[in-house]
Amino acid sequence: MLNIIVCVKAVPDPNDADKLKIDPVTKSLPRSDISLVINPLDSHALEAALEIKRNDDAHITILCMGPPPAGNIVKECLALGADKGILLSDPAFAGADAFATAYTLAKAIEKNGAVDLIFCGMASSDGATEWVGPEIATFLNMPVVTMVNEIVENAGDEWIVKADYEHGYRKVKIKLPAVLTVTRNLNQPKALSFSGILKARKKEIITWDLKDLGVPVENVGLKGSPTIVTEMTRLESRREVEILEGSLQEKVDRLIKILKNSGVVNV
Amino acid sequence: MSKIKTQVFVMAEQAGGRIRPVSLQIVGKARHLADQLDSKVGAILLGQNVTERAQELIAAGANSVYLGDSDSLHPYQAELYTEIIVNLLLEHRPEIFLLGSTFMGRELAPLIAAKLKTGLTAHCIDLLIDNEGILEQKIPAYGGMITIICPEKRPQMATVAEGVFLNPELDSTNIGDIIPIDLPEKFPLRVQTLEIVVEKPEGVSLETASVIVAGGAGAEDQDGWQQIAKLAEVLNAGFGSTRPAVDEGWTELETMIGQSGKMVSPELYIGVGLSGELQHMVGIVGAKVMIAINNDAKAPVFEQVDYGIVEDCRTFVPALVETLKKSND
Ligand SMILES: Cc1cc2nc3c(=O)[nH]c(=O)nc-3n(C[C@H](O)[C@H](O)[C@H](O)COP(=O)(O)OP(=O)(O)OC[C@H]3O[C@@H](n4cnc5c(N)ncnc54)[C@H](O)[C@@H]3O)c2cc1C
Ligand SMILES: Nc1ncnc2c1ncn2[C@@H]1O[C@H](COP(=O)(O)O)[C@@H](O)[C@H]1O
Repeated sequence: MLNIIVCVKAVPDPNDADKLKIDPVTKSLPRSDISLVINPLDSHALEAALEIKRNDDAHITILCMGPPPAGNIVKECLALGADKGILLSDPAFAGADAFATAYTLAKAIEKNGAVDLIFCGMASSDGATEWVGPEIATFLNMPVVTMVNEIVENAGDEWIVKADYEHGYRKVKIKLPAVLTVTRNLNQPKALSFSGILKARKKEIITWDLKDLGVPVENVGLKGSPTIVTEMTRLESRREVEILEGSLQEKVDRLIKILKNSGVVNV
Repeated sequence: MSKIKTQVFVMAEQAGGRIRPVSLQIVGKARHLADQLDSKVGAILLGQNVTERAQELIAAGANSVYLGDSDSLHPYQAELYTEIIVNLLLEHRPEIFLLGSTFMGRELAPLIAAKLKTGLTAHCIDLLIDNEGILEQKIPAYGGMITIICPEKRPQMATVAEGVFLNPELDSTNIGDIIPIDLPEKFPLRVQTLEIVVEKPEGVSLETASVIVAGGAGAEDQDGWQQIAKLAEVLNAGFGSTRPAVDEGWTELETMIGQSGKMVSPELYIGVGLSGELQHMVGIVGAKVMIAINNDAKAPVFEQVDYGIVEDCRTFVPALVETLKKSND
């Protein structure tokens, strides 16, 4: 049986993006309740695991580090077909950069036991460093391929995958256990089903805190992060805008004049 | 050889027999940073038949090039490259290590940072030295700009996309050392790049286009996207995108402009159905004339352009294309 871990991040709902703007006065982020959604690329990571499970004997564990409401995202993944959920939640984990995040996730993966494959998204929509997957691999001493867009061969413990590369792709052979970070071209995630939601009720979600992981507090969260944010500034606008007035056709004609005047457009 | 106190290291990358522009650009930036720190620039160059290229890095401002030239270094192998670079960094202990935000750089950077237990900042759009000699790494976030530092761990690591920094003046009279690296023999690879395939990019290349049309989530669907594509076509413009357009599958990641995409500097930029989020806008550096089409008069993009058109792009763009076509005939 393949033991698969899928790392899933709960990210701010893009519809709440307005709430996540630097306050011009305090120069910090206003605290507000922002609803969380599954990081879009992580639903592709989960789908990759589910696809394997459809054809092979596999057990899928969701691993998510986040505040308690992130538990809903873990539940959603169970309803989509994962077998078990682990939520890493502790105030001490807050403020983690990619390094501390990957360290904490790696410690949880070790504690959870045998693992053959770890799927991550290529990037999170809010952090978007792309670092967490490869750093987990380093902490667990596993090989990694980033930006996987196709699984070509997955028989046995040597897989062949295709991954994004400049103006094309690269083909890579990788020995399991391994970490793969995935792009959205890998698959098409399926929608939630009612029976999935019913089945998920019986599945377990474990919550682990700092004590459960048994790691020193100075290794996690803000304290365990080599990088810190020292300053936030709001950018002031740099251009004086002219809003074109008139009917649609008048605007079209005016715009074409502007294009002509730019000297770079042949119209 | 006298030991210098600090060094700034750069990962240089070559493809198709030439140093990638982004590598020359970060060598140029490293030169500036090193001058402020009273230190030297070391560039790491790995590959097959790359020895001739080392001089170019010296011309761009490197004091030393650490050169690995061997069959085993082609194609790029993540584990072997990581091993070699980590060893070099442990030996020379640079203060700063910069990589390009290429596919290779984006994979190697976290592998190296995690091994060295140091911090790493993604896709910086500026790098400065503060009063205490610490590297300030600037990235856009939350509708503004944030500064990230790595106060204690070394090296301070960052990736930078092509086009963020200028191409340096190449001075072929510069003198520097080319130092061969001892390569590990028979290195076992758990992950092996079998081949790298280059498929030609289509259309007008974004980096060199003098006119760029960029589309965003406001296209609403594939139809709306195709209308914007037509506009790009009649203007003979490069066609760029924002992240949601990529997420929706209307276009390829290669067309995304911004902090984690391409950095472009056209003469003329037309943003269609996009809000003007900073992560996108920082990708348009030094555009001369900027125009935005958005149906929301309050969209932040209207604070960042020269001309604004408050219209639904799905009616305005086809009308514009029609009139352009007529005037072309
Ligand atoms: C770390 C990080 C890195 C990122 N890097 C990048 C990057 O490199 N590039 C990038 O693009 N994004 C990047 N993003 C995402 C970025 O923050 C924004 O989410 C994105 O740029 C918004 O794209 P958009 O303007 O198309 O969509 P939206 O913000 O959703 O805006 C759509 C706009 O279209 C308008 N509109 C809607 N319908 C119509 C219509 N019918 N006609 C006309 N206008 C209409 C709306 O008024 C709105 O202003 C990054 C995010 C993070 C966190
Ligand atoms: N807090 C987290 N919990 C679980 N997985 C995470 C977390 N942060 C990042 N990841 C994983 O790492 C990937 C890359 O994230 P990032 O490095 O932030 O771009 C995500 O797509 C997730 O798979």
